[in-house]
Amino acid sequence: MAGGRIRARIRRSHLYTFACYRSPTTQEDGPHDFQGPGFSRIVYCNQPQMHEQKPLKYCTNYISTTKYNVITFLPKAIFEQFRRVANLYFLLAAVLSLTPVSPFSPVSMIAPLVFVVGLSMAKEALEDWRRFIQDMKVNLRKANVHKKDGVFALKPWMKLHVGDIVKVEKDKFFPADLLLLSSSYEDGICYVETMNLDGETNLKVKRSLETTLPLEDDQTFKDFSATIRCEDPNPNLYTFVGNFEFDRQVFPLDPSQILLRDSKLRNTAFVYGVVIFTGHDSKVMQNATKSPSKRSRIEKQMDRIIYVLFSLLVFISFISSVGFIAKTKRDLPKWWYLQVPDEDSLYNPGRPLTSGFYHLVTALILYGYLIPISLYVSIEVVKVLQALFINRDIHMYDEETGTPAQARTSNLNEELGQVDTILSDKTGTLTCNQMDFLKCSIAGTPYGMRSSEVELAAAKQMALDIDGQSQASTPQSWRKSSGAFSEVELETVISSKDERPAIKGFSFEDVHLMNGNWLKEPNADNVLLFFRILSICHTAIPEENEETGSYTYEAESPDEGAFLIAAREFGFEFCKRTQSSIFVRERYPSFQEPIEREYKVLNLLDFTSKRKRMSVIVRDENGQILLLCKGADSIIFDRLARNGRTYEEATTKHLNEYGETGLRTLALAYKKLDEAKYSAWNEEFMRAKTSIGGDREGMLERISDMMEKDLILVGATAVEDKLQNGVPQCIDKLAQAGLKIWVLTGDKMETAINIGYACSLLRQGMKHICITTMNTDAIVEDPNKAIKENILMQITNATQMIKLEKDPHAAFALIIDGKTLTYTLEDDMKLHFLNLAVGCASVICCRVSPKQKALVTRLVKEGTGKTTLAIGDGANDVGMIQEADIGVGISGCEGMQAVMASDFAIAQFQFLERLLVVHGHWCYKRIAQMICYFFYKNIAFGLTIFYFEAFAGFSGQSVYVDWYMLLFNVVLTSLPVISLGVFEQDVDSEVCLQFPALYQQGPKNLFFDWYRIFGWMGNGLYTSLIIFFLNIIIFYDQAFRPGGQTADMTAVGTTMFTCIIWAVNTQIALTMSHFTWIQHLFVWGSVVFWYLFLFVYGELTYALDVNAFRVLSEILGPAPIYWSTTLLVTVACNLPYLAHISFQRSFNPLDHHVIQEIKYYKKDIEDRHMWRNKRSKARQKTKIGFSARVDAKIRQLKGRLQKKYSSMSSNGAVAQQT
Amino acid sequence: MNSGTPSSSAGAPGSAESAAPRRNSKRPKYSRFTQQELPACKPILTPKWVISAFLLVSVVFIPIGVVSLFASRDVVEIIDRYETECIPLDSRNNKTGFMWSNADKTCNRIITVTKHMKQPIYVYYQLDNFYQNHRRYVKSRSDQQLRNPGNERDISTCSPEDTTPEGLPIVPCGLIAWSMFNDTYSLSRNNQQLGINKRGISWQSDRDRKFGKGVFPKNFQNGTAPGGAKLNESIPLSEQEDLIVWMRTAALPTFRKLYGKIEVDLQAGDVINVTLQNNYNTYNFNGKKKLVLSTTSWLGGKNDFMGIAYLTVGGLCFCLAMGFMLIYLIKPRQLGDPSYLSWNRNPGGH
Repeated sequence: MAGGRIRARIRRSHLYTFACYRSPTTQEDGPHDFQGPGFSRIVYCNQPQMHEQKPLKYCTNYISTTKYNVITFLPKAIFEQFRRVANLYFLLAAVLSLTPVSPFSPVSMIAPLVFVVGLSMAKEALEDWRRFIQDMKVNLRKANVHKKDGVFALKPWMKLHVGDIVKVEKDKFFPADLLLLSSSYEDGICYVETMNLDGETNLKVKRSLETTLPLEDDQTFKDFSATIRCEDPNPNLYTFVGNFEFDRQVFPLDPSQILLRDSKLRNTAFVYGVVIFTGHDSKVMQNATKSPSKRSRIEKQMDRIIYVLFSLLVFISFISSVGFIAKTKRDLPKWWYLQVPDEDSLYNPGRPLTSGFYHLVTALILYGYLIPISLYVSIEVVKVLQALFINRDIHMYDEETGTPAQARTSNLNEELGQVDTILSDKTGTLTCNQMDFLKCSIAGTPYGMRSSEVELAAAKQMALDIDGQSQASTPQSWRKSSGAFSEVELETVISSKDERPAIKGFSFEDVHLMNGNWLKEPNADNVLLFFRILSICHTAIPEENEETGSYTYEAESPDEGAFLIAAREFGFEFCKRTQSSIFVRERYPSFQEPIEREYKVLNLLDFTSKRKRMSVIVRDENGQILLLCKGADSIIFDRLARNGRTYEEATTKHLNEYGETGLRTLALAYKKLDEAKYSAWNEEFMRAKTSIGGDREGMLERISDMMEKDLILVGATAVEDKLQNGVPQCIDKLAQAGLKIWVLTGDKMETAINIGYACSLLRQGMKHICITTMNTDAIVEDPNKAIKENILMQITNATQMIKLEKDPHAAFALIIDGKTLTYTLEDDMKLHFLNLAVGCASVICCRVSPKQKALVTRLVKEGTGKTTLAIGDGANDVGMIQEADIGVGISGCEGMQAVMASDFAIAQFQFLERLLVVHGHWCYKRIAQMICYFFYKNIAFGLTIFYFEAFAGFSGQSVYVDWYMLLFNVVLTSLPVISLGVFEQDVDSEVCLQFPALYQQGPKNLFFDWYRIFGWMGNGLYTSLIIFFLNIIIFYDQAFRPGGQTADMTAVGTTMFTCIIWAVNTQIALTMSHFTWIQHLFVWGSVVFWYLFLFVYGELTYALDVNAFRVLSEILGPAPIYWSTTLLVTVACNLPYLAHISFQRSFNPLDHHVIQEIKYYKKDIEDRHMWRNKRSKARQKTKIGFSARVDAKIRQLKGRLQKKYSSMSSNGAVAQQT
Repeated sequence: MNSGTPSSSAGAPGSAESAAPRRNSKRPKYSRFTQQELPACKPILTPKWVISAFLLVSVVFIPIGVVSLFASRDVVEIIDRYETECIPLDSRNNKTGFMWSNADKTCNRIITVTKHMKQPIYVYYQLDNFYQNHRRYVKSRSDQQLRNPGNERDISTCSPEDTTPEGLPIVPCGLIAWSMFNDTYSLSRNNQQLGINKRGISWQSDRDRKFGKGVFPKNFQNGTAPGGAKLNESIPLSEQEDLIVWMRTAALPTFRKLYGKIEVDLQAGDVINVTLQNNYNTYNFNGKKKLVLSTTSWLGGKNDFMGIAYLTVGGLCFCLAMGFMLIYLIKPRQLGDPSYLSWNRNPGGH
């Protein structure tokens, strides 16, 4: 600690009642007795060299999440590629093309395959490389490791060995699973943040064994050695069994000595630990399930289409074979010019079945154009580019943390456009986990002028509405008419919004309390008490900032931190904590210097989620013993003395108001104790504390309970759990987009509900359905069964209630806790639960474990069959992220677990809106249209080959030159379709955001349902018929040139092919609704390229072999009929589609059509008012969401306004009261 | 935060410094491309556009149709089917046998010109049910051999007409050349020979590049199986235009190939005597044989279909244009009327 400030060493175990208490009984337990499989690990502490050979050689601390390495890449990646049915088919075709069976030259089969597979593999390699880089970032982090002779030095994480002694400093991550040896605290306690593991934000206390406490600085490790025998690596985060052999004694180890990798040291200057599990052995890595490879719904459906096409392919091949057999048997012997049978039996009228079989193979290859070889690769290219757009989107870049959005896999882009349910983590996702002290109510008087985000939004919306109503009149007249209104209500609300707090955690503003003005308040003594409770009743540790001399606080929960900061700002600065005392500097305006007061802490009854309160018993400087208590309002109100309820009514009212505006509330109370009573109680308490036996905690709780009653209410606090930027608005938009949002949080129910309010998932007037587990104290024979029956009853009742609800706008919110969830997730109950949940506008699950999150996600995913999206930031969300159809990780926070497991990473929750409503919507449409078009063009092309067979004796001859066909998919038609997939926009991003309801086109799957797919296939069929038969009839037998020449096969084939190029490119141009120069270039460029190719190809000597020599320049180019056929066929092919879309648009326009028209006519500018009305109409349908909440608030404000008007007219003056 | 780690390693401040520029570099650079804000035209099918598009098509197509139809009507075509008539009556139930025999296959046909035919008049032979597009047939040729005298052994693709039984390469090899059409026509009007010009009936590029000037037929039609035409071994392939025309395999089993040109006008009512050698055996597979005399227009031969198709499509478009006009008049939809938005149409939709 050279140069560092030495922290006061506190024996925290003496201070705390519950969590930190070191039970004296542990010493008496014998060492764990275990043997056999599962408990074979032996760790020689401080002797890493012992672990260099088998059997003690454990895996290194190097972690790798990559799929391939240099050696395995080729075989593995190739294997992956050929797992796709289509690729396998093409491989087979390529192999067969080397035999005489093939209708094509081998090059024309192999080249595209190599190209396509190579491109996909290159993409795989790139993605894996990125993963590797990310791994290396973690692997190269530095840890402080004991070298020798008490010298510690930095080493990269990956170089750590089992048995190493590591020193971890404050706010650093543990590099591996460690056994805690000692910490900067005298009693070997340290605080650990396990956010990355289980998402819980409150700190966990870990404590070392007594025996290792003396190991408190670097030197003591010079010749320290010990042996650990423990369990083998396993994924269970909360258990650990092992023995520690030290000084010839054996001590049992339990989970409280284990520091897990990826958790973080907090509030503790440093700890020493010995590495037990490294790398992939560590619990967190064992927990990491292999991220499942996810495929989007569209891709799955595409597979089905491919199967359809395969069947079609087999079918027409079969038809050709039958035709071929018939021809071969009946006609071929008469066709003397063929000289059958041949040697290869390919054309043997004597053995028609053999020949027929060969022909089947030929036909399968020949009609392979039905299955677009370039489909996968084009989609992959498109998706990579789409992912690039997501990564580069400047609107999804977080300036604060400097993180852009990241599409970690590009497989799921289009899935983003089909999301139906969002499952969200709370802490760190919706909230920043930062509390702002905003309001308080002291002695029945409310303080705090600033408004919460919900109030702000309500005011804004109202101002807009008024604006809208008075559009006819001028703004001035409006001001006059409702000026009074704006003065009393809006301006107070709006004006406070401008300067957000300069102090983190403190947004309070009220002249009545600030700057010592509270002394002038009528209840000054109560206010004083209030501040004292804030500054004394906590478990935090102050930390002095050396530069400014002010204090910051290390608190277990962010609420507490906010209270202390508030107390500091009010002039009650908590400045020092010793073993037995708390020092507070009180600043009064009447004195220059602050007075430092000491409060002796007698007892600390700390917070547990069951108690929902904490108390501290102190003796002040006058010797007065006080019990100061803060806790959940319901708990406190139950414990008030009869004479302590003076302010109960007023406070309750305020608490309701606070809760309604989305604030977290706590009630504060106190009680004076006399010496005798206290010591009697304390004696009992101490006895319980030192008692031995399992019921110690229960006893302590009961005794604490006895003390914490007959309280006197002082007031209540309202803390804003700072939502992340834009969360309510984002949820609002998502709700408008028709998405259901579930919040799954590890928090307690109250907090979750509060947050639900704050982020507008819940609102007043919503019917809450709380499903909880009944008290198990009632003695029943089979508690489990009773509980289940009870829960089932609750669910059935609630479902019934929803069913019977008459009001169509009634909204329900389902709130369920983790314990209940364990029952409801069981097989026999989960469908009932799901049924209920689907009927509710919002669902909040509290106190859920990571596993339950994943289970709930699976339930929603499988139960509803809809697309789910899970979003979270911590390692506790990993299961959920992997389970959901799409996993989104919040990046920018320190933990990378969620991001590593996710498919998309964004820096803030609010970017989800853009990710889904803009990118998702676009990607969905793009991919859907692209795939449809792909099938269309390949059917249009492939079937012409089939028709020709009927005219060529089913011999397997193609009318086209091999090279045309090769280029068709790979070059000639691929760029336009890629440009469609990359650049198409039905409406631009702004409009997407303005009309979130447009998003519903995705979840409803309007663009990729079978109706549409078959429509496109039908279009392909029609096109193929038109192309083939028009050409055949025109070129049937007549001369096509004034020079009398008749068309040969090459001329016909080339004309036909030209028609195809024109037809499919015109078709794609009709499909597009957004032309940038790129689309123009690609679409028309493809057509031009075709002519260029034809010209150049015609000049090559190669073309001499296939009659295509100078086909354009000499044969077709000068023939008017060539050009007029092209025109005729192109128009005839696209006519029905054009008529169809014109008809659809005029009679049954889709949403985006209407919105395009609105945009087109600039209606938005001319008729802003009307537009907004329509939007608000759309909004009213949504039951949850910010605007629904704001609407509720507005109604409330308007109600008040009405009252105010009436009172104004009678009194002529308004007393401001909020 | 930093106050708690006073003894932190040297690496920490370093990494903090390096974090700053990295942070900036991570910021996506603004470009209209990556932000997907490239200027674009977004055409919408408004009624105006729909109607004018259809009208435009009909306005363009109908005249083209009319012009093509006229062009096609100008063409005069005389077709004479002769495969049955040219077999003597007594051999008609064994046509193949007759073809194999050494009997004289000369046959006389009389053609009456119905309409004035301006020169050049093209003489075609038309075969029916002859699968020149059969894969086995199409592939059976060697273009290298045809082009280059040095490549005469380049016959791997020509099977089964690749070598003579003695193993000598056949030039030109392959089924196509072997089965060349060998009926001959000579025409006379009023006992005056009508010259048929057989020059220039093939493509220039074929004569120049595809069929070598130094390549002479060799071992051709020496095999046991009688094929089609024999070739004059003293004339290079580049001048054997019948062969060149024949080698351009037709796309369909019914095809016409150019035989020659008559370079005088024929008057209506002219009677033309055709003396033909009916050598080519199509009787095995019931193939028809026709002699065709035809003039051409700028569009080529007689092709009514083209004009009709144009007129049909044009007419259809006109109807569609009218139809849409009616629709828009009878049941107009105000463009951009938000009441058509799905969430406004069915209340409580979601």
